[in-house]
Amino acid sequence: MVKKLLFICALFCVIVTLGIVFLLLEEAVGFFQQVSIKEFLLGTNWAPMFEPRSFGVLPLVCGTFWVTFGAALIGLPTGLGIGLFLNDFAPSWLRNLVKPVLEILAGIPTVVYGYFALTVITPWLQNLLPSVEVFNAASAAIVVGLMVLPMVASLCDDAIKAVPRSVKEAGYALGATKSEVATQVTIPSALSGIIASFILALSRAFGETMAVTLAAGSTPKITLNPFESVQTLTAYIVQVSTGDTPQGSIEYKSIFAVGILLLAVSLLFNMLAFYLVKKYRTVGE
Amino acid sequence: MSEIDLTQGSTGLSNQVINRAPDLQGQFLSGSTLWRPRRGRRKFFGVLFLLLTLLATLIGVAALIVLLESVISQGWSRLSWDFINNFPSRIASRAGIKAALVGSVYLTGLVAVIAIPVGVGAAVYLEEFAADTRWRRIIDINIANLAGVPSIVYGMLGLMLFVRICAFGHSLLAGACTMSLLILPVIIVTSREALKTVPQGVRLAALGLGATKWQTVRAHVLPTALPGILTGVILSLSRAVGETAPLLMIGALSYMAFVPESPMDDFTVLPIQIFNWSSRPQDEFRVAAAAGILVLMGILLTVNSCAIVMRMRYQRKMQW
Repeated sequence: MVKKLLFICALFCVIVTLGIVFLLLEEAVGFFQQVSIKEFLLGTNWAPMFEPRSFGVLPLVCGTFWVTFGAALIGLPTGLGIGLFLNDFAPSWLRNLVKPVLEILAGIPTVVYGYFALTVITPWLQNLLPSVEVFNAASAAIVVGLMVLPMVASLCDDAIKAVPRSVKEAGYALGATKSEVATQVTIPSALSGIIASFILALSRAFGETMAVTLAAGSTPKITLNPFESVQTLTAYIVQVSTGDTPQGSIEYKSIFAVGILLLAVSLLFNMLAFYLVKKYRTVGE
Repeated sequence: MSEIDLTQGSTGLSNQVINRAPDLQGQFLSGSTLWRPRRGRRKFFGVLFLLLTLLATLIGVAALIVLLESVISQGWSRLSWDFINNFPSRIASRAGIKAALVGSVYLTGLVAVIAIPVGVGAAVYLEEFAADTRWRRIIDINIANLAGVPSIVYGMLGLMLFVRICAFGHSLLAGACTMSLLILPVIIVTSREALKTVPQGVRLAALGLGATKWQTVRAHVLPTALPGILTGVILSLSRAVGETAPLLMIGALSYMAFVPESPMDDFTVLPIQIFNWSSRPQDEFRVAAAAGILVLMGILLTVNSCAIVMRMRYQRKMQW
């Protein structure tokens, strides 16, 4: 009896997943009856609000790409660096100082990062480069990079910690310096865990909403300039749902098509990371 | 072939020796690959590498300091009892966070009531009762994936399921249900970790004395794992306090001049109020946003440090 009740709790998660997929699909089907999948995925013009309407998702993908790419550029190497520093170089008092800093950073709500981007990072970028727009992809990318930093750092830290001591000692015994052991022994041994942390960070940056909505703007366009205003997939969903779009209209339905794209890509990332973490656990033990 | 190469530029070693260990000798003898430790260069790269990782760490620490400094310098002077006790206003200097603060507290309470029993229940089932079958593996993968779904997608689910299908409207209840779904995977994962730390001996001893499986779990496993479970629960609730996107989706208000009184009332929460103020161009509202952030982060820091202290004490005690 109790077991059945608890089983229902566990089953609840599966139901939630199915619920997400079915409800999104149901609304998106209505959208795809009016806009072909090909037009949606390959179109280069996103203009859902004005006539003539056009639903090519690539401009939103471009905005999301800039933010994710920039965040990766900042967050991944820095996170890995922190993981290595904490494990191989830092004395324990410094480690005990840095760890809480990371935990605080990880606990800061995303809307605060958005505020930070608007009031600190963007003016700072504008000081460096006067042509930077008020809303720009670079500022969003920087804060999203800072946002994923603690996650990458703590996952890399775990992965590096799981490397057996004997393997590192063998490196030292052969006369390698600390940095040589770190780059040629520790990182390769912990690689699958490190890559898994990178993928999870990418997935998080990809689905990040509030900071990006505040900082990156709402101008869907394909651009090579990261200092221009763009719009991400998530920011578009927020824009439509906070505006007064009538339910059942095509732009209302379009957020579910965008949502499915978002869900599909982040699931892909997560499956990959899950697989890698599993693989690395069995190696580590 | 290689033997001819090896003897070129030879240092007078006999052919016999070279024949016996050609590979080993090859490394040391041929002039181009003569062994050089290059200690200066390697030491230089060692220091460079250390500095790079140190720089990475400093970036993390500096980010936190700059962030805190900017929020405090902007918002500190704006903090007052009026700010906490006033409703939002079109006049920036009179705007306060009363409705948002109350909304956040109510929402978190409701989320706790909904998410904790289901989450801990699921964790207990998966750790204590489920056999290692295909079903359990499906649920495992499923939970790992749910934890990675972007929060805004939960918002869309909440909008369809709770606001439309269950007809809760844009109410506190709809928000709480949505948030509960969002933090459920986190509660399950952390509770399972806590249950895993309970030594097998505790279970075997109880079972050996004739307790049923459920009696064992209720009277021995759960109390032992309780501090760990609580830590996870507090951390995930604090995530719910700071989350914004799903509530924007289900239509939480950004202007509210009353306090919600029942779960079916409209509501707003602190992060939404901050989002609203931050997105306005006027500086006065940005200052109000900074003050709101100070309140929000004050709450989160207090709650999180409680959880962290609890975890540390728990880890110290649990040296089996």
